[in-house]
Amino acid sequence: MSLDLSDKGDIMSEKIATLSDATFDEHVKASDVPVLVDFWAEWCGPCKMITPVLEEIAEEQAGKIEIMKLNIDDNLEITRRFDVMSIPTLILFKDGEPVSRLIGAKPKGQLLEEISPYL
Amino acid sequence: MPERRKVVIVGSGPAGLTAAIYAARAQLEPLVIEGEPSSNSDQPGGQLMLTTEVENYPGFVDGVMGPELMGIMRAQAVRFGAELRTAKVSRLELSSQPFSAWIGDPDADEPTVLADSLIIATGARSLMLGCPNEERLLGYGVSTCATCDGFFFREHEIGVVGGGDTALEEALFLTRFATKVIVIHRRDELRASKFMQERAFNNPKIEFLWNTVVVDVLGDTKVSGIRVEDTVTGETSELPITGLFVAIGHEPNSSLLKGQLELRENGYVQTVGGTSKTSVDGVFACGDVQDDSYRQAITSAGSGCMAAIDAERWLEELGE
Repeated sequence: MSLDLSDKGDIMSEKIATLSDATFDEHVKASDVPVLVDFWAEWCGPCKMITPVLEEIAEEQAGKIEIMKLNIDDNLEITRRFDVMSIPTLILFKDGEPVSRLIGAKPKGQLLEEISPYL
Repeated sequence: MPERRKVVIVGSGPAGLTAAIYAARAQLEPLVIEGEPSSNSDQPGGQLMLTTEVENYPGFVDGVMGPELMGIMRAQAVRFGAELRTAKVSRLELSSQPFSAWIGDPDADEPTVLADSLIIATGARSLMLGCPNEERLLGYGVSTCATCDGFFFREHEIGVVGGGDTALEEALFLTRFATKVIVIHRRDELRASKFMQERAFNNPKIEFLWNTVVVDVLGDTKVSGIRVEDTVTGETSELPITGLFVAIGHEPNSSLLKGQLELRENGYVQTVGGTSKTSVDGVFACGDVQDDSYRQAITSAGSGCMAAIDAERWLEELGE
């Protein structure tokens, strides 16, 4: 699967691809592995806190999980579809369906604990 | 063998990072155990990570975003050689010096790090209401972080619980999004500064509900209202709001210290007048964990500086 890794200069890494309203379904449904979507925004402090944690997980669990980011400011449709009312919210999708949701910044250990049953 | 450090700093808000800057410049090679990501407790960067514009931190004429300010302080600490570790201290042992700190399993035989001197800068956390359904609806209309979640309440009518500066700051911030913000306060006057009060009273979107406490949060999958009680008449009623922001005060992150050094009755660390010294020689405290009075970013930073200097002097005396 190829993803658009180019970005407008947001906090982003090569390990974490960017999703949008337009590309969400295509990428999340097509993925062979579970996808963890990080709903975030530039103005959210706790979102910044978890970025390095997500990058680490993306690297350590490469091939087992895809981690992607969706900027809620620019992508209201998907944000509303999943009733996101607080950020950061992480939703884990398996076969395109949401299976787990984590609200608020969490330590790495707790994130891994939450997602590992689905990997 | 656990590693040994001259100075270990626990916490990374303005107090911890200022202590780190000073300790690093004094060539004490401090280790900062900065905490783990969280939206409501002792996270890296401290409580300013949950705020927006900081307007009263000297040096920033036009204000600065809380997370940005903390990013700058962190970079400054790193520049002088402080080492930061994104982890949480699970146990401290202060009965003998060097002091022991555990990261991860608190029952491990060996501590993670030994510290000749220790600077406690673990800060404070927001109190929750503790009423039924509050936790269940956290993230579904109940929030402790207006800056994180305000965006989702465009055109909503929402409530803010509390009467201090934080409550009014959140209420004012939320008027950017909400059509109406009701400040719910248990007394009939505010604790907030006069400046903030005036701003809030003059804002047409803000209403006040006095002598009122929240007794329950209502809603199936998201908040649809709250049940409130009038503290004078004892009558309860329902208020149809779709968001509830809690800003009723703080408690110190001092549970690791219980029974090990002197805490005040309210849990804050007792320091020796005018210094950062605690009841244990070689252990210093700074920032909100020892301050139940001022609680400002700048006073935290100032006390962090004091702690680093106190630690440096103490280590010098120890070496003599």
